[in-house]
Order: sequence, then structure tokens, then C-alpha cells
Amino acid sequence: MEIPITWYLLLSAVLFSLGVVGFLIKRNLITVFMSIELMLNAVNLSFVTFAHQWHAVRGQIFVFFVMMVAAAEAAVGLAIIIAVFRARATLAVDRIDLMKL
Amino acid sequence: MHLILFFLFAGFCLAGAINLLVQSHPISSALSLIVVMTSLAVLYLLLGAEFLAAAQVIVYAGAIMVLFTFVVMLLNAGREERTMGSRTACTVGFPAVVAILGVLATVILKAQGLGVAGLRDGITSTEELSRVLFHELLLPFEVTSVLILIAILGAVALARHGDGDPHGNQDPHGNGERTAGK
Repeated sequence: MEIPITWYLLLSAVLFSLGVVGFLIKRNLITVFMSIELMLNAVNLSFVTFAHQWHAVRGQIFVFFVMMVAAAEAAVGLAIIIAVFRARATLAVDRIDLMKL
Repeated sequence: MHLILFFLFAGFCLAGAINLLVQSHPISSALSLIVVMTSLAVLYLLLGAEFLAAAQVIVYAGAIMVLFTFVVMLLNAGREERTMGSRTACTVGFPAVVAILGVLATVILKAQGLGVAGLRDGITSTEELSRVLFHELLLPFEVTSVLILIAILGAVALARHGDGDPHGNQDPHGNGERTAGK
């Protein structure tokens, strides 16, 4: 039983949109960061799907690089979150508004 | 078989993503994100990307999510209070999300020439992948390793108690936090 490639792409689009919604409605700094990871994963699914579609190995290698950059981003981002928590003693994004106009 | 597996794990993915949004405790959100990432690994395997499926489990569901849960527990993050956020997020954000999803779905559904995926399509072997990676894309690979090194150094520098701490209100229990960034 074979299924169309389109379904994978639609799943990827829905996951990306859920990530954006999470970015908008979540009020915890760490959870907002998790939503960003969800968006990265959705884009990775698109890459793998297109790599399968056109039998291109480079699409999969692109996913590999995205994973590495996501790991670096998670390390630096969580370090920033720890530094912010130490300075402000809160994780609520509503109260971390020093740079807000 | 492919159909059943796709629907099962796509359902897990969507359920995990929605659960991430509705849970109010960060640790529950982190666990549902692990469900999403592990299901995505199965979907990668269905698409014939065996190396990426393994890397997804090890790097994402393993390393990155351990870092997340560790920070959640370290900072003792409790329930988040639900505020509606800024008005801009409501008036601009949600229509923008609907618009993005609509445009993406339209483009995907109208695209011609997209094939099908089955279990008999064959698997991209790790050998094939590594041949391209280490012959044609060696420089980007090395640059990525330098990036990872810089990220580690940056994480350590950011998370430790620096001398340039602008407020100087270092708590006496800072030792546990210092190890967190490493």
C-alpha cells in the first residue's frame, strides 16, 4: 500500500503551524523555545520527504546540518535562559520585557 | 502496512504537538515533544532515511530533550500562568498562522508530479550518505564542527557566574547552576 507524498508535506505544514501557534500562546520561556524546536522538526520532515521524492541524498544531509545547528542553538539558548532566570528570577515572558518599547 | 504506520505515527505526532500546546506544566510539554520527535523518527524510516531516523532519536529525543528537561527541573519551572499576551499576537499572529497554513496547503495540494511513498522504495544507506558528506561536502561538515565548539564555549561562558555580572547578586547556591551549561 502506497501513500502520496502530499500527505507527508501536509503533516509537515500542520506541525509547523502548531509550532507557530505554540510560539504565540505559550507564556513560559522554555516552552516557547520548545515550539521553535517543533518548527525545526516540521521543516526537517519536508526535507526528508523531498529527498525521498527526488532520490537526492543531499536533502538528507541538509537535515543532518539542521540537526547540528539545532543542537548548538539549544545549548546556547538554554544557557541564555539560565542567565535570564538568574537575573530576573522568572521565566514568564510577560515579565521579561526590558527591551520592550 | 505503510498506510497504517503512517496514520499511526502521524497521529502520534499531531497528538503530541497539540498536547504540547495545551499542557500548562513545562515538563509535560517536554515529554510530549519527545513523543513528537520519536514519531518523526519512524516517519523518516518510512521515507527510507535510516541514518536520520537514528540521529533523530539520539540527537533530538536524546541529547536536546535531556538538556530541556534538565533545565526545566534545574530552574524549578512551575505552572505557567495563562495570560493572553499582547494584543498584537492575537490580532496579527493568528490570522497570519491561518494564512501560512492556507498558502502552504494550497501550494502542496496543487503541486503536480509528486509521487508516492511505499515500503518497497529502498533505503538510503549510510554508506551512500557518508560518501556524499565526506567527499563533496567536507568543508561544510568541518565548519559545523567548529560551530558546535563555539556553541559549547558560548554556553559555558553564558551560564557561569561571570565577573561581569551587572547586578552582582550571585546566590550562594550557584554551583548547581554552573554545571548546567556544560
